[in-house]
Amino acid sequence: MTNEWEAGYVSERGPWSRCDDGHVTVAISTSGLTKNFGSTRALDGLDLSVTAGEVHGFLGPNGSGKTTTIRVLLGLLRADSGSVELLGKDPWRDAVELHRRLAYVPGEVSLWPNLTGGEVIDLFGRLRGDLDRRRRDELLERFLLDPTKQIRSYSRGNRQKVALVAALASDAELLLLDEPTSGLDPLMEAIFQDCIREVKAQGRTVLLSSHILAEVEALCDRLSIIRLGRIVEGGTLAELRHLTRTSIIAETVRPAQGLADLEGIHNLDIDGAQVRFEVDTDQLDPVVRRLGELGIRSLVSHPPTLEELFLRHYGDELAQEPERVDRQRAATP
Amino acid sequence: MTGLTGTRALTRFILRRDRVRILVWIVAIVALAALTVVGIKGVFPTQAALDQTAAATAHNAAAIAFNGAPQGLNTVGGQVAFQFGAGGMVLVALMSIFMLGRLTRGEEEAGRLEVVRSLPVGIHANTLAAAITVATMNLAVGALTSGALMAQGLPAVGSVLFGVSLILVGFVFGGVALFVAQVTENTRVVYGAAGAALGAAYVLRAVGDIGDGTVSWFSPIGVAQKARPFADERWWPLLLLVAATVLLVAAASALAVRRDLGAGLVAPRPGPAAAAPTLGHPLGLAFRLQRGSLLGWGAGVLVVGIGYGWIGPSVDAFIGQNKALAELLAGAGGGSLTDLYFAASFRLMALLATGFAIGSTLRVRSEETSMRADVILATPVSRWRFAASHLAVACAGSVILLAVAGLATGLAYGLAGGGLQSVPRLFVAALVYAPAMWVMVGLAIALDGLAPRWVGASWAILAACVVVGFLGAVLNLPRWLQDLSPFERVPQLPAASLTVLPLLAMSVLAAGLILIGLTGLRRRDIGRI
Repeated sequence: MTNEWEAGYVSERGPWSRCDDGHVTVAISTSGLTKNFGSTRALDGLDLSVTAGEVHGFLGPNGSGKTTTIRVLLGLLRADSGSVELLGKDPWRDAVELHRRLAYVPGEVSLWPNLTGGEVIDLFGRLRGDLDRRRRDELLERFLLDPTKQIRSYSRGNRQKVALVAALASDAELLLLDEPTSGLDPLMEAIFQDCIREVKAQGRTVLLSSHILAEVEALCDRLSIIRLGRIVEGGTLAELRHLTRTSIIAETVRPAQGLADLEGIHNLDIDGAQVRFEVDTDQLDPVVRRLGELGIRSLVSHPPTLEELFLRHYGDELAQEPERVDRQRAATP
Repeated sequence: MTGLTGTRALTRFILRRDRVRILVWIVAIVALAALTVVGIKGVFPTQAALDQTAAATAHNAAAIAFNGAPQGLNTVGGQVAFQFGAGGMVLVALMSIFMLGRLTRGEEEAGRLEVVRSLPVGIHANTLAAAITVATMNLAVGALTSGALMAQGLPAVGSVLFGVSLILVGFVFGGVALFVAQVTENTRVVYGAAGAALGAAYVLRAVGDIGDGTVSWFSPIGVAQKARPFADERWWPLLLLVAATVLLVAAASALAVRRDLGAGLVAPRPGPAAAAPTLGHPLGLAFRLQRGSLLGWGAGVLVVGIGYGWIGPSVDAFIGQNKALAELLAGAGGGSLTDLYFAASFRLMALLATGFAIGSTLRVRSEETSMRADVILATPVSRWRFAASHLAVACAGSVILLAVAGLATGLAYGLAGGGLQSVPRLFVAALVYAPAMWVMVGLAIALDGLAPRWVGASWAILAACVVVGFLGAVLNLPRWLQDLSPFERVPQLPAASLTVLPLLAMSVLAAGLILIGLTGLRRRDIGRI
């Protein structure tokens, strides 16, 4: 039974995942997507593109539109304007057909209090038509989840595990995960990361929304940063790092003068012989040369973490747009 | 009194949060009482008319089974207490049950109470605040009803006694709700168990009032009626209600300190690690989710059916006492008095079962607002199939409940001496209500599809049907208005003959409404809109 189904699965995924000439295609693509709830604009011209076979990080602060985007992708919400395509189809019109090929983990896992975890996982597997007992049991063991407990007696993290096991036990070619680890402890998060790597190795696509930057850094090939319903930055980690600054702490023989005149230096702080600053990564060369001329006693540099990227992005813009932020906040219940 | 710290603030918060709900309950009940007085004055304009109806009603077992023992019926006040009393008491009881269930166990189950309890708030504060709120609502209903009755010239003593008995019945069933809320962790079960107690109280009263009256003393409603408002009033039976309230509240608070937040008295046992084969499609899920509710309503209908069937032979006996009068009474409808009685019984049971049908239909909405619909609709299940599964349970459940009502009534009537040959006749008489219930299902789903915020109006529509069904004649409502209720279009079997056309028309209407609802649901956004 399972084998027959898997045979169908292989032939079914052919047309979308790879074109005839073998080129990778797009799993998710939206352009100019907008969605309003009353007078609140939740999505404001969102352009998101996820390539088949990649783990794509979908990063943004609370209330930035991550969940709304995913619910549009699931066909639960209809976009007001713009276009959206999922695995080559329209998520609103072709919802049922698409849902055979995807699995979803909601950010806020709400299930039936009087069913057990095992019952819920089986239900989802059967509804999707790909219940695999062996894989299910294996995942239950890995996530240390007791399937005989009623949902009402699970903690938030354990409810999340139920949804994760159900999604990971499926054959879905696309996984839509909405902050899937927000209730998991570090140990479980490590197991989750292993599972996602396995999913990726099987050539499946993952859209992973998160505000946990380390997770995105550890798992994602590419990422998109969303803010106020719009993608504000996207690309591979390496590409995004080009746009960012390296932090440097140095102790020099001669007082560090003339650094301030160089291009690309930020937040310069000279304290006796010690100097701290951030430098735009593409201006690194002239700056290090200049430091060399001063005579280096010690030098610590670290590449930009996603945290810095994130904080800088929002830190700067939040200060510039207080009005917009207030409106957004007022609209969030 | 650290256990009560924060009660004042929480009470104010509840009054603010539920102000609309609170007002609607109070205004609706008081208005109904006031309108009943106006209606009765219109229907029986002279003392002669009152005397005539009092004499007739003394032998009308059907009216006694629904309303209570005949007392003071030759006065306007006595008529008001007779026509509105039992129903009004059921209403205040429902008000207390729904309000207290929501405010105590409902808050706890939703996890909101946890946040409140993390504040410097005493262990009993929320329960006490809820109890104060609901007690105030009951006091308001009682005082305003007394006032409305006196304002229309009814005697003061009877009016006050009547108001106080409404208050105390509300208190007793509030106590029942508080008690049950400590035992179970599920709010639906609180409503179900307290509602069952209310149903039992109503039926016990009917059995007692048809018999020698002893059994009525075991029913809070019966006890309240023993105070005999507008007849020769006596206050002492009401003390029994006070005692019952005190006992229930004491038991509830004793249980409350023995359990953990969020837990019931019975610890949840491990369940199956794997789903049964039936839990693999949306219909299986819908049935599984509503199984408990169907069983609960089924038990309720069963009890009412047995009660009314059991009384049936006494209705025959009543007629035996006064043949001429019975013929006069039955003359208008054409059927015998017993048949009229059964027709009215099935209407009551059908209206009761419609509570299940609407609740079951609105599962479509509550699954959506709790975000549980998201995870189902993210699998290859269409919205159509998702909603239709719940509707299938609602529509089939309606038929099952009517079948239970018909069989229970028929068998109880047969075994009590009415003869078992009536069973098929009574069975069919119950089932004819199915299309009317489907129309209500259709209305509820149409609201959900087109105006999801307003699905609660389905309950208001049912309430209107109940008022039309039981007080339509007394309130002197115009015929066209009464005919808007689908339950008025059902042929009144076994008193009338079976006409298929209205049943067919209602089935078609129900199908149309369901189609509208499902189409609307497919077109709109899913979520807490």
